Amino acid sequence: MKKYTDTGKKDTRSGFGAGLLEAGRKNPDIVALAADLVGSVKMDAFAKEFPERFVQCGIAEANMIGTAAGLAIAGKVPFVGSFAEFVTGRVYDQIRQEVAYGHTNVKIASSHAGITLGEDGATHQTMEDIALMRALPGMVVINPCDYNQCKAATLAIAEYNGPVYLRYGRPSMPNFTPEDQVFEIGKAITFNEGTDVTIFATGHLVWESLGAAEILEAEGVSAEVIDIATLKPLDVEAVVASARKTGAVVCAEEHNMCGGLGELIAGVLASHVPTPVEYINGGDRFGQSGTPAQLLKAYGMDAEHIAEAARKAISRK
Amino acid sequence: MTNIQELQRISTQVRRDIIRMVTNAKSGHPGGSMSSADFLTALYFGVMKHDPATWTRSGKGQDVFILSAGHLTPVYYSLLSRAGYFPTEELATFRLYGTRLQGHPCVETGLPGIFQASGSLGQGLSAAAGLALGKKMDKEPEKVYVMMGDGECEEGQIWEAAMFAANQKLDNLIAMVDWNGQQIDGKVDDVAGLGDLEAKWKAFGWETITADGHDFTAILDAYAKAQEACGKGRPAVILFKSDMGHGVDFMAGTNEWHGKPTSPEQRDKALSQLEETLGDF
Repeated sequence: MKKYTDTGKKDTRSGFGAGLLEAGRKNPDIVALAADLVGSVKMDAFAKEFPERFVQCGIAEANMIGTAAGLAIAGKVPFVGSFAEFVTGRVYDQIRQEVAYGHTNVKIASSHAGITLGEDGATHQTMEDIALMRALPGMVVINPCDYNQCKAATLAIAEYNGPVYLRYGRPSMPNFTPEDQVFEIGKAITFNEGTDVTIFATGHLVWESLGAAEILEAEGVSAEVIDIATLKPLDVEAVVASARKTGAVVCAEEHNMCGGLGELIAGVLASHVPTPVEYINGGDRFGQSGTPAQLLKAYGMDAEHIAEAARKAISRK
Repeated sequence: MTNIQELQRISTQVRRDIIRMVTNAKSGHPGGSMSSADFLTALYFGVMKHDPATWTRSGKGQDVFILSAGHLTPVYYSLLSRAGYFPTEELATFRLYGTRLQGHPCVETGLPGIFQASGSLGQGLSAAAGLALGKKMDKEPEKVYVMMGDGECEEGQIWEAAMFAANQKLDNLIAMVDWNGQQIDGKVDDVAGLGDLEAKWKAFGWETITADGHDFTAILDAYAKAQEACGKGRPAVILFKSDMGHGVDFMAGTNEWHGKPTSPEQRDKALSQLEETLGDF
């Protein structure tokens, strides 16, 4: 199989920060809003270079979403940033009315998502956010897999006109996708071609899925690994084609079992090409404190668990 | 100089529109629409710089108005149509299937004059603050107006936005509160204990003006004071003391008509107290 090299661990949130700064240099209408977490959500470089285009909102996320909507109506391209829980669950109604139903060009930059947030524990380890954002009509939902992809995705959404939810994490993780990539919204990315099983993964679990494919290769199993970086709109054509080819599917995500990648893919396959599907996700549970590696293992999200899910899916063909 | 008698004639017609719209739709919110009808008529016909012919959603080159209390669409749509944003005949479609005049304001149907969706309370002041900030960034001289209900001021987000607007020195932002003292479940003071509204806004750093919301001289004077306060480093709020259901004797001073339409018989009784000044839709 194709080998991917970790060029040095980096956090996806810093990919966002680098992308925001670059996008800000290109487009003077881009503004950024934070709620007292400027450094944590990596808006500090943008705030330093463009102080007149940076808005500190204080610990008041509801107002931040509405203010961003107002700025968008006035012609700006606002990026709001905070921890995933505080820019989804805490402000769901504000996003629904001011951003989604209001059709405002607001980009929601959602850091610290998923179980890999680690030591902060369950209050901050949002694993329900994708379900919430996917349910909003017109909302684009993107969950990049590494630093380089998160930077590229940030640049792409800056040029897209419409509401976007961009979800990423806090910990340093392998950085393995090309530095010069161009991110295409709504396009699945095939990292490894295979014939026996397809692993659809999103976010940090793409790297784990590539690890699973290596384990499976040693056993003579050919696993296709597809990165669903954009969950909405889903690349239905790519999903159906791969499932038709391999006949067995695993869905891997750092998210609750409800409303995430697994249910999304299973729903599409049920309509187009009924296929055995196994799920790697957080189940119907909250997270807990621990290191990212400990938690990925404990919640059954690491490469070993993904490989086991693939074997099971294949056995159900 | 704005003619007070002309404003009175318009607001009387607007009240007729409100009654006829909610009766026709068999639903809607006449109570707060009638308590805010006078100061919103003054806003659209004597205060705001706006032009339906060149209107765009971005609000470039014009003043902006956000209706935060989104349920007050009867008064809002009546004023927009009477100001020339769309034909008055369209008021007959209010809340009916396929209409551009949705129960609460939206931008999806492309109704001219609407800047933002509203209806889930407490959010409009934040959107208005964003628009005001955008105008400041672009060095535009126009102002942003926003209206909330007094019951709506129970929402925490109002006070997040109040703190933010003062901290950002949004001195191109003018908020109006329809201080009618009523909400769905009863008197505002009984339901939630809003307390000293003037002191609260002052404490948040706003230029705070209180006026009789049914006296056009007082209304215009209050707007003039708010405009004079612009450019001096703080946002302004006008607390308009008003009566829910004002203008029709059996509807006034009670919360009964918050979200209840008049029946055809009640409509006729109400219309007999409101002169047709500009022609019904």
